[in-house]
Amino acid sequence: MAYAEQAERASVHVPGSFLTRYIWSQDHKVIAIQYGLTAIFVGLVGLVLSGLMRMQLGFPGSLEFMDPAAYYQAMTMHGMIMVIYLLTALFLGGFGNYLIPLMVGARDMVFPYLNMLSYWFFLLSVLVLLSSFFVPGGPTGAGWTLYPPQSITRGTPGTDWGIVLMLVSLAIFIVAATMGGLNYVTTVLQARTFGMTLFRMPLTVWGIFMATVLALLAFPALFVSAIMMLCDRLLGTSFFMPAMMSMGQPLDHEGGSPILFQHLFWFFGHPEVYIVALPAFGLVSDLISTHARKNIFGYRMMVWAIVAIGVLSFVVWAHHMYVSGMNPTFGFFFATTTLIIAVPTALKVYNWVLTLWRGDIHLRVPMLFALAFILTFLVGGLTGLFLGNVIVDIPLSDTYFVVAHFHMVMGVAPILVVFGAIYHWFPKVTGRMLNDTVGQLHFWITFLGTYAIYFPMHYLGFLGMPRRYYSFEGYDFIPQSAHDLNAFITVAALIVGVSQLLFLGNLLWSTFRGPPSGPNPWNATSLEWQTPETPPAHGNWGPHLPVVHRWAYDYSVPGLVQDFVPQTLSEQDQAALARRPGSGESGRESDS
Amino acid sequence: MSGSALKMAHSYPAGGGAGSQPDQDRRSRTATLGLRVFLAVVSSFFFLFLIAFIARSQLADWQPLTEPAAPLSRLEPLWLNTLVLMLGSLALQWARVAAGQDRRLESLAGCLLGGFCALVFIAGQLWLWRSFVIQGYGFTANPANSFFFLLTGLHGLHLLGGLVAWARTLWRYVRGLGLDRIRPGLSLCAIYWHYLLALWLLLFLLLSSSPETYQTIAALCGLR
Repeated sequence: MAYAEQAERASVHVPGSFLTRYIWSQDHKVIAIQYGLTAIFVGLVGLVLSGLMRMQLGFPGSLEFMDPAAYYQAMTMHGMIMVIYLLTALFLGGFGNYLIPLMVGARDMVFPYLNMLSYWFFLLSVLVLLSSFFVPGGPTGAGWTLYPPQSITRGTPGTDWGIVLMLVSLAIFIVAATMGGLNYVTTVLQARTFGMTLFRMPLTVWGIFMATVLALLAFPALFVSAIMMLCDRLLGTSFFMPAMMSMGQPLDHEGGSPILFQHLFWFFGHPEVYIVALPAFGLVSDLISTHARKNIFGYRMMVWAIVAIGVLSFVVWAHHMYVSGMNPTFGFFFATTTLIIAVPTALKVYNWVLTLWRGDIHLRVPMLFALAFILTFLVGGLTGLFLGNVIVDIPLSDTYFVVAHFHMVMGVAPILVVFGAIYHWFPKVTGRMLNDTVGQLHFWITFLGTYAIYFPMHYLGFLGMPRRYYSFEGYDFIPQSAHDLNAFITVAALIVGVSQLLFLGNLLWSTFRGPPSGPNPWNATSLEWQTPETPPAHGNWGPHLPVVHRWAYDYSVPGLVQDFVPQTLSEQDQAALARRPGSGESGRESDS
Repeated sequence: MSGSALKMAHSYPAGGGAGSQPDQDRRSRTATLGLRVFLAVVSSFFFLFLIAFIARSQLADWQPLTEPAAPLSRLEPLWLNTLVLMLGSLALQWARVAAGQDRRLESLAGCLLGGFCALVFIAGQLWLWRSFVIQGYGFTANPANSFFFLLTGLHGLHLLGGLVAWARTLWRYVRGLGLDRIRPGLSLCAIYWHYLLALWLLLFLLLSSSPETYQTIAALCGLR
């Protein structure tokens, strides 16, 4: 047990200049904001790309520049940007950086210099990625999975420079993620404040911690495949490239195994789902508990479910490869593990619902997003059970059913948590509240809009509408109704896309003009809301570290005059909050 | 790995004041844990490479490097390099122990020897690469060669990274810092050297194994 490795301090260190305070900052909060803003910026690029794709699908030919190559380039860049450079960076680099030290009572990350480098490497990876839009041949159009041989064979867009820049960018991103990850894991294990046992940590920290462990162990698979593919592309090796003809000419490669790349990619790719999902699980648990004014149901069960999901996520990867072909025994194994991983996941959903049960639910904007997440994750998770079974997956695999499932569970659900968490923690970051009315509007358009986009896609999938196609003209088996539905989906997507301006405008306006929030506007219990200053100053805690006396979920404790007990409140202090006999409510039995 | 990469939150000295013994112990513990987590990442990285190696070795065009005329038919050069790396690891351990017992000169000698052996090892590996190329076993000639160059190259790059941290530790001797200030960095260097030695032994074992061994491993992993 290692409490308070960064213990009391004799004097407060303050960064000296504007540069060290805001640019080359080693403060975890500034780094978190840098990560967040960069991820949101690149996410907007991804959003615009999806709008362009939808225009082509809903209204073919409406955009003159959208030829098949441009479509595949947009599709590839959209996928990679959203999964890696937006969601992973935002959850780990953004929320992880901001919340871990504050929630465990540390003054900063344990390796602040490395943490700073992590952001600058991330920014470099983004710049390298975006630079591929400006090189001859443009970005790669290989699809976000970058499967060889087509990803590096002429005929695929961006085989000159685009694929090289993509692989280099991914390698740099992994270096950045590793630097950050070392910090998150070591900070959680070594820099917790006095009394902050592992089982008193908020579930947000548990989720980010476990996701970081997954990232540290799974990203090397992507790194390995990126190095080997770069060798194939630039040096002429044959790790993945088989003997083949291209444009009528035999290539120099021979004997390589494209399937080997798929295994490596998905050994990273499936844990990646949980690298995004586990932080979302943690964050949403805290949102639900705070805004339902109830302790989280089954805290320890939730922690062990996070751990179990993390471990199991390493033994399900080949369910992404059923159509690539494999030994039937393996198919059975991976289908079984996929079903097993649904157990701890379902357990978490039950516990969220049971937390809500008889809670004092406050339907504020963060809570709306949290509730929407539960629903969306449920829908996406259930369709995952379909696709986890070989016999159902094979006919559905290349259809819009997969697009719908994937976007529900990996796109919409985490993004809803991102929004909910930003609405929730914005007051701590800026000291101001976001505009509630605009937030409600943003929520309803986003929530209903995303369902308008992805619900019909399940139906299109059942119709057999193939994914990855640039154009659906001339396919007799696709009825006119499907084309109409595609147009409808595009309109919904554009509305949802444009509505995000509400969110951005709200962020911008409220940062400078929002009403002051005070230190703890949600009456929350966890440590980040107990800082002496809001926004927290450099070093977070003033002259003395906080001392933790309880878990993070003491809401609506019977017999107290207020419905939350901060983690820093001792038993003696709590006695002072006791309701005097005969002064009203009798209180419920505590189930904590 | 003792250098800037794992530089601690120096701005917040512990209750005993900056540089106090408990404060340094805490920093040392944290840096050691950070290094161990990093080594777990490196292990995952090389483990995946080795799995890829085994999988690729089962395809038809694989030409084993241990065949009679191939460069690894004689393992003496590899053994020699291994001995040098082993010596480096032992030297750094000696330096670490000597630093713990306040024997500055011995500690410095161990540190110097550790770094020197690493440099000799890298030079030996480069010589091995050269002999591969001279014999016609270049990087792209066969996947077995590609893996040999890639694995030994990446291992060497990790050692070069370690040498950066080693140089920083050496600089502390040059600056005349006390052994209590040098010991944590030295300790991290020693751990890193031991790890890279163990990793090299694993790579050596695999690279010098016969195709039948690869087949057995592949069968055990379900790759055949």
